Amino acid sequence: MDIISGLWNGFAVALVPINLWWCFVGVFLGTVVGIMPGLGPPATIAMLLPLTFQMAPASAMIMLSGIYYGAKYGGSTTSILLNVPGESASVVTCLDGYQMARKGRAGAALGIAAIASFIAGTVGVLGLMLVAPPLAKFALSFSSPEYFALMVLGLAMVVLLAGRSMLKALLAMLVGLWIATMGTDLFSSTSRFTFGNMEMLDGIDFVVVAIGIFALGEVFCNMETREAAQVLPVPKGLRNLLPTMQDMKDCRFAFINGSLVGFITGVLPGAGSTIASFISYGIEKAVSKRRELFGTGIIEGVAAPEGANNSETGGALVPLLTLGIPGSGTTAILLAALVLWGFKPGPLLIQEHPDLFWGLVASMYIGNVMLLVLNLPLVPVFAQLLRLPVHILYPLIFGISIVGVYTVSGSLFDLSMLMAFGLLGYLMRKLDYPAAPMVLGLVLGDAMERALRQSLMMSQGDLMILVGRPISAVMLGLALLVLLVPVFGRLNRLRLQAIESEE
Amino acid sequence: MEEKSQKSGDLWSGLALAALGVYIVAEARQWDYLAPEGPGAGFFPLWYGVAMIVLSLALVVSSVLRKASAADTAVDWQRVLRAFLSWLALVVCVALLKVLGFVLSYALFTFCVVAIMYARPLKSAALIAVTSAAGFYLIFPTALGVELPVGVFGF
Repeated sequence: MDIISGLWNGFAVALVPINLWWCFVGVFLGTVVGIMPGLGPPATIAMLLPLTFQMAPASAMIMLSGIYYGAKYGGSTTSILLNVPGESASVVTCLDGYQMARKGRAGAALGIAAIASFIAGTVGVLGLMLVAPPLAKFALSFSSPEYFALMVLGLAMVVLLAGRSMLKALLAMLVGLWIATMGTDLFSSTSRFTFGNMEMLDGIDFVVVAIGIFALGEVFCNMETREAAQVLPVPKGLRNLLPTMQDMKDCRFAFINGSLVGFITGVLPGAGSTIASFISYGIEKAVSKRRELFGTGIIEGVAAPEGANNSETGGALVPLLTLGIPGSGTTAILLAALVLWGFKPGPLLIQEHPDLFWGLVASMYIGNVMLLVLNLPLVPVFAQLLRLPVHILYPLIFGISIVGVYTVSGSLFDLSMLMAFGLLGYLMRKLDYPAAPMVLGLVLGDAMERALRQSLMMSQGDLMILVGRPISAVMLGLALLVLLVPVFGRLNRLRLQAIESEE
Repeated sequence: MEEKSQKSGDLWSGLALAALGVYIVAEARQWDYLAPEGPGAGFFPLWYGVAMIVLSLALVVSSVLRKASAADTAVDWQRVLRAFLSWLALVVCVALLKVLGFVLSYALFTFCVVAIMYARPLKSAALIAVTSAAGFYLIFPTALGVELPVGVFGF
């Protein structure tokens, strides 16, 4: 009953014209950035975050989330027409999507990608709606030790699947924690790591780090070459984009597989949509009667991963909105956005701000319909974006990044920090240090230190409080197991396989 | 030689992070570890600083012990130079913001990127630079009322 009335109120929020407009802007921008290779949702959300400070938080959240799930739709277009994933989650779509396009079935591939994304995306939102409220109620019993343990577990999961070397992922996370502790300590008013600079007393703004690491770092990497890829033609007319009845019949299991695998994978921190799409592709291939045809242009090979990477979005929002724990770089930025707008992400968010949660859920149903409409008849128009020269696109991204950071503080010092983090983002990519653990360390660092210190205050300095309470003991035990995975050869091979699939 | 460069990336980054860890621990030791009301400002940094030293040294040791293999990707210094030059151009653009303002600095930066990095004809580089800088000016300060850095010319 709570869910139905919540959803009813959510639609009342989402159907307000201004929120419909921002939902459209979000999914439209999401489709655009999904199509553009080299410009991902974390970079776009980070760049646009400062511009949302003047918006109502519900509208801003609706728009930023629209970018997040819209990009998953757009990514398939580039994979199918260019054999280059527009978004990392669409890597596996290249396998069969591009082969279908080469055989003259680009329309059916694009069509089934949009339909699978719509079905699984909607199932993902349904899962979010059903799972988040009870989980939030359960998490109300958490105190500081449980929160600390939960954050440790979240970070451990992200570190596990962030890159080939867990050592580098852990180091990246520690650098994130270091940046998080810069500025004035709120418990004791001690200035920490400010290098004697007054402008560092408030710490480093998250927006500066996120834009530098994700947007600038990514573009510097892309600017290493001048190469341009060949785009395959998109058939004109809606009729040529619709899959046949036989195609739909062939994809029945793929729709269910993608929806379930995507949602479940999304709830787990660190796994992400790329892994979800590979798992669903693997399952689809394993159960198929014509498994030998996978990789040659088979329609289920497009439907299953595209469904999974869209359903994953709903799953990924569950820990973010109920526990305040992000599982990826993009959700970490969304968490930072919630904090910057004045919310306290955690189990009370749904109770205290039902308009925000239910408005977002309802907007995601609407956004999925908008995306289906945008991605079926308008896909030839979006495909033209792939012809936009990079020598125009990249300076525009730099310009938006500078404007974004300057808008937050009006400080030239922050712009110099942006340059430093842009270089750091580039070096991290070159040296194979994953960015997600660092950003997560930065986002969770402050809350993690607070939870640890509060726990130790509760126990008069006795560290046993962290393992003496059952929930925190279980979570810390799981975190330890996760961090020990590289020690076990077979488990480590599975971990590396999952990471290779992402690469 | 090229395989060595991949290995040395791990070595040098490990050493740099170890140095950062030492700095963090040295700073944290100057702050309270335990205060009367509980853990002090130095408690958390000290622990992650120590962890950083241990893990970065492990990275250094593993990179020294690891044999260079064919799986190591060779570093293409030409590509790195291109990226570094792009970064340098952006740094100059930001440095000029106080004097020239956003519009002129950004136009200059765009011109350099298009003409030099992407070797486009000077005329089209100038056209792209002017159009995009004007676009930013019209969208942000004019239409959205967002302030951008202003230089000695007043825009």
